[in-house]
Amino acid sequence: MPPRLEFRDVAKSFTMHLRGGLRLPVVANVSFHVAPGECVVLGGPSGAGKSSILKMVFGNYAVDSGAVLVANDNALIDIATASPREILAARRTTIGYVSQFLRVVPRVAAVDVVAEPLIAAGCERGEALERARTFLRRLNLPERLWDLPPATFSGGEQQRVNVARGFITGRPLLLLDEPTASLDAENRAVVVELVGEAKAAGTSFLGIFHDEQVREAVADRIIDVTGFATAAP
Amino acid sequence: MSAPLLTAEGLTRLYGTRIGCAAVDLQIWPGEVLAIVGESGSGKTTLLNCLSARLQPSAGRILYAMRDGVTRELFAMSEAERRFLMRTDWGFVHQNPADGLRMSVSAGANVGERLMAVGERHYGRIRQTAEGWLERVEIDIDRIDDDPRSFSGGMRQRLQIARNLVTAPRLVFMDEPTGGLDVSVQARLLDLLRGLVADLGMAAVIVTHDLAVARLLSDRMMVMKSGEVIEEGLTDRVLDDPREPYTQLLVSSILQV
Repeated sequence: MPPRLEFRDVAKSFTMHLRGGLRLPVVANVSFHVAPGECVVLGGPSGAGKSSILKMVFGNYAVDSGAVLVANDNALIDIATASPREILAARRTTIGYVSQFLRVVPRVAAVDVVAEPLIAAGCERGEALERARTFLRRLNLPERLWDLPPATFSGGEQQRVNVARGFITGRPLLLLDEPTASLDAENRAVVVELVGEAKAAGTSFLGIFHDEQVREAVADRIIDVTGFATAAP
Repeated sequence: MSAPLLTAEGLTRLYGTRIGCAAVDLQIWPGEVLAIVGESGSGKTTLLNCLSARLQPSAGRILYAMRDGVTRELFAMSEAERRFLMRTDWGFVHQNPADGLRMSVSAGANVGERLMAVGERHYGRIRQTAEGWLERVEIDIDRIDDDPRSFSGGMRQRLQIARNLVTAPRLVFMDEPTGGLDVSVQARLLDLLRGLVADLGMAAVIVTHDLAVARLLSDRMMVMKSGEVIEEGLTDRVLDDPREPYTQLLVSSILQV
């Protein structure tokens, strides 16, 4: 089976124009792939470029050179050269992203935050809300919080909203940036379960987990990003 | 999704020898939100006024895909055709609601007037639709017969939005729609706009100097400086990985709270 995600010789650096054009290499010679139903975890110390790799897949960071290929049904898209519209379409159908922090929209209730990507993908509103409630219940978010905007939630509560929002659409490729960082043991276990079920259904994961137990539980392979970082000129 | 709604080619507007905007190329696709950002005097409002046919460009052309599927050049149309397009298929939300509303007629009439422009004549239906829209923008129905002079700034802006959206336009232009409102009112308006744009599937061009507003509302972003577009791309990319020195300066100047 062809990989769902493939990095081919990707390099990324930042040029800081406000610091006299200082060039900060981030990663170079990044080549790896993620198969359907596989969970690949990026390892290495802070600052090694793990988050940068995720952000390149989601289109938040531009790619200097190389290719980032994402398979969607029978089409292949190179995120490195794709137009904004192609990236937006890939986000609607193929790529999901669970960041460490929730970008809170003023006034929108938690259950609507979770249901939103499903509605955007064409799901009927009532059904989307029902599925959102199922996810929030499973992640043990107290029911009294569902209709409140998450701005005032604790870190762990916000993160569960974020996880539910990421998993609800069942996108074929999910990027996870420390989705369990602020969770207690019970809810970490729920996330591990969710990843396992999605993998069985064919979802591919590229993730960052600092929690060793979670990492061991979900990872099929661990790729040490340090090798990419030191190779940068 | 197959063809752009609006295409601008080499759009230039000069004020004497001064440049308003220079050689701008852009496309707007159905259902997408484009943000134009930049500081005061960067030419973003000039560009918006040219795109929306409110200002004649000095050079360049604008093509628009009409509802009947025919693509027309805006400034080759007659004045009357252009006006009809602006009243029916487009919306324009001004920063100052008083510029977009008729301040001396009732809230209901402000909304109903646009409906009459598309041929609606049945008083009961007009009033019913107006009520529906006031509700949608969170204005109490019992204010329907009041004129907007008695409304707060936030209410006026919501009324202006209702007036513009009642004809289900395919393209809405907004000039700093949240400027001049206090923060809590801004948040409410942003949430409302976000929902409406998503529900109605309309395309929008939003001029703003507020990058947080642009992040929340837009899919794509163009950065302007001295009348030129210096950087464009996916909104997340422009804000998270700005390439141009000026964009880096803009992004690094945001206050964190």
